[in-house]
Amino acid sequence: MKTWLNARNSRAARNTRAAFAAVGVVTALLGVPPALAGTYDLTIGETTINVSGSDRTALAINGTVPGPTLRFKEGEDLVINVTNTLDEDTSIHWHGLIVPTSQDGVPGLSFDGIKPGTTHTYRFPAQQSGTYWFHSHSGLQEQSGVYGSIVIEPQGREPFRYDREYVVVLSDWHDTKPEKILANLKKQSDYYNYNQRTLLSLFDEAEEKGFDAALADRLDWGGMRMTPTDIADISGYTFLVNGKNPEQNWTGLFAPGERVRLRFINAAAMTYFDVRIPGLEMTVVQADGNNVQPVKVDEFRIAVAETYDVIVRPMEDQAYTLVAEPLERGGLARGTLAPRDGMTAEVPGLRPRPLLTMADMSHGDMEGMDHAAMGHSMPAAEAPGAVEPPMSGMDHAAMGHGTMPQADGPPAQQPMSGMDHAAMGHAMPPASADADPFYAPGSGLTPKAANGGKFLSYADLKAQRPLYEVREPTREIEIRLTGNMERYFWSINDKKYSEAEPIRLTYGERVRFKFVNETMMTHPMHLHGMWTILDNGNGKWNPVKHVVSIAPGTTVLAEVEVDAPGRWAFHCHLMYHMATGMFREVIVEGGPQAAALN
Amino acid sequence: MTLLSKQARLPAALAGALALTFLALPAEAAEMDDQIYTFFQLDQNEYRLNDEGEDLYAWDAQGWIGTDYDKLFLKSEGEYALDGEWEKAEVQVLYSRLISDFFDVQAGVRYDFEPDPERAYGVIGLQGLAPQFFEVDAALFVSNKGDVSARFEAEYELLITQRLVLQPSAELDVAVQEVDELGIGSGPSGIELGLRLRYEITREIAPYIGVHYESDLFDTADFTRDEGGEVDAVSFVAGVRLFF
Repeated sequence: MKTWLNARNSRAARNTRAAFAAVGVVTALLGVPPALAGTYDLTIGETTINVSGSDRTALAINGTVPGPTLRFKEGEDLVINVTNTLDEDTSIHWHGLIVPTSQDGVPGLSFDGIKPGTTHTYRFPAQQSGTYWFHSHSGLQEQSGVYGSIVIEPQGREPFRYDREYVVVLSDWHDTKPEKILANLKKQSDYYNYNQRTLLSLFDEAEEKGFDAALADRLDWGGMRMTPTDIADISGYTFLVNGKNPEQNWTGLFAPGERVRLRFINAAAMTYFDVRIPGLEMTVVQADGNNVQPVKVDEFRIAVAETYDVIVRPMEDQAYTLVAEPLERGGLARGTLAPRDGMTAEVPGLRPRPLLTMADMSHGDMEGMDHAAMGHSMPAAEAPGAVEPPMSGMDHAAMGHGTMPQADGPPAQQPMSGMDHAAMGHAMPPASADADPFYAPGSGLTPKAANGGKFLSYADLKAQRPLYEVREPTREIEIRLTGNMERYFWSINDKKYSEAEPIRLTYGERVRFKFVNETMMTHPMHLHGMWTILDNGNGKWNPVKHVVSIAPGTTVLAEVEVDAPGRWAFHCHLMYHMATGMFREVIVEGGPQAAALN
Repeated sequence: MTLLSKQARLPAALAGALALTFLALPAEAAEMDDQIYTFFQLDQNEYRLNDEGEDLYAWDAQGWIGTDYDKLFLKSEGEYALDGEWEKAEVQVLYSRLISDFFDVQAGVRYDFEPDPERAYGVIGLQGLAPQFFEVDAALFVSNKGDVSARFEAEYELLITQRLVLQPSAELDVAVQEVDELGIGSGPSGIELGLRLRYEITREIAPYIGVHYESDLFDTADFTRDEGGEVDAVSFVAGVRLFF
């Protein structure tokens, strides 16, 4: 462990060593057996941080927010002692790690939680490699700082080269305690929305599209009692890179010409980030801990709880700004890559806030969908086959078939086999470079790279090596993402966790989840214990993930090889959505541990 | 007859209703997604100076405690003339059940301490957010004397800026039959219209100014006239909207 760390003369490694030493993550090197084994100690307690201009009490792991980077080796038998010095229960969930159900760290499902003043020992093998993270799964503690990163070194060689690496933990901090935030949302669901349309903004809208159209648009939204400015539930966040605010400017050093691997982790409670490094092309090599076929991009969107590893190669002796812009543009997370400490580069201003469109309101609904009526010019071979366009109740003319000027592009179409392509609309212009089939056609949320270049799409992700053989799912389970925006509670198939029965799966089956987003928000859905194979139309190269993000007005398919018996959590990773009901227990019955389960 | 003066009984009743509200709900920790929350808002909390030179304190308050689906509501409104006379004072305690994305059905009791004579009512109503963001509240009342009446309220929040909000409001009272004692005629009996401009320093604290108009209608107006009272009044108002 130590040797391995020393091999890297990087700031991250130094930081990590310092953190390890300071906080007593003890590697039990005494009498290391032939099989790798390591003991790690984590302590969860209160600390004071100041990232917003005033001192606040945070909940920290080993005294820092974020907590330490845990560096494991694939195949290592891990013993992790977690001590709770809070006066409330806590827990640690190993996000993305494949562990036995008893070690998964979800109070009520995996175990009883870690009581105040006690130490709980987790034991499991590291049976994978890549970038992951860990966080509390108790109450709303994650928002208060209980999260850290995990790097697992693979046993074999990695299919890409790099000279140094940094973990880049993105997160959101709020000075208001999370319980109070939730109480405020329950009293008034737009409590935090200070970007509403107003009488004054009506004049701007009128100038843009004419008064009648602006008013008609207002009435359309008013008729639904929804607002297009409802991008984020909460405002007032300070956005952090490795615990540092934009002013504190986290800096990673490089020597010009080096390949730098950046392990991005979105540990935010509620924030999606659009990430870019102006002046540098990023090569995405890993998503959610699994290697993907390299994709060169200028920018990518990281959903809450996802991880992306990218490699950049800065050639110049200059600083580069790392920009992570929240989807709602309510601030900025900023860091710097520089040849020397203290160097900075220009920090770009925020781009305009997105506005939802009627396409985002269309409930990802397939009913009444007429394939022949849809204007797809997409050849079958390129059909990503994952996102079904929302058609029900939509005005086809308004969707702009054949008239769509900037071509948000044809949506990917799931059931392609047997379709009569000749019969599909031909008036559609070819998809432009910025079309993303994982957004509703015409969606206000469709990302665009700041420099006009390539923005990563889910459709670009192809597994480097498939984890599972391709086979037909044994059944399909529909997961409608639902909620009551006005009263601020969230649900699956119109039922909150407390009202719903668990989802029962059978060991050995392969289940297809059909996620239908009926809300106006994007939901990062996370299944514990088993990998989620995102169906993005790449067949056997479909990427393997632990979080699948579903944009408003879309339907996304994903498959799960049910290979882990036990009780698992399945939820939206937006923390306040999870806490208010967008959560299910998944029970995997049968299998090798069936006896132990009972 | 009473231990408490009338002036003292209203606050006592309010406090009692509030205590009852909190006690009536289970104390044990519910599931994470089924927790109990509270809300209290003094939407109108204002000084009124009317065109007769009378000055009044007026309030319109609403609070609840409960879960997403089930709540206990407390509503109260009234006017107190600053020369020391209660003009109106009512309290409602209602059970409220969410029946659609935007509406609650409510049932409970209302007690009017003023005007004289005091009255108790059974209440059934519907409250929620109508299309185009109109907040509406419709209620049917049956008094302990068997008199039936209804009230319709609507208000709208017009955002001029993110914090400057113009709030028009309207309230219409309708009586099914004449209630002699209270000087109410059958049919539409009274209307209140308001226009308040507030500045939200925070969501919780918003000072405002505005105008308030109220008028008796039809037979009720005749009753009032016969008694030598004023049928209608326009008031200038200034107050602070509070939210907890």
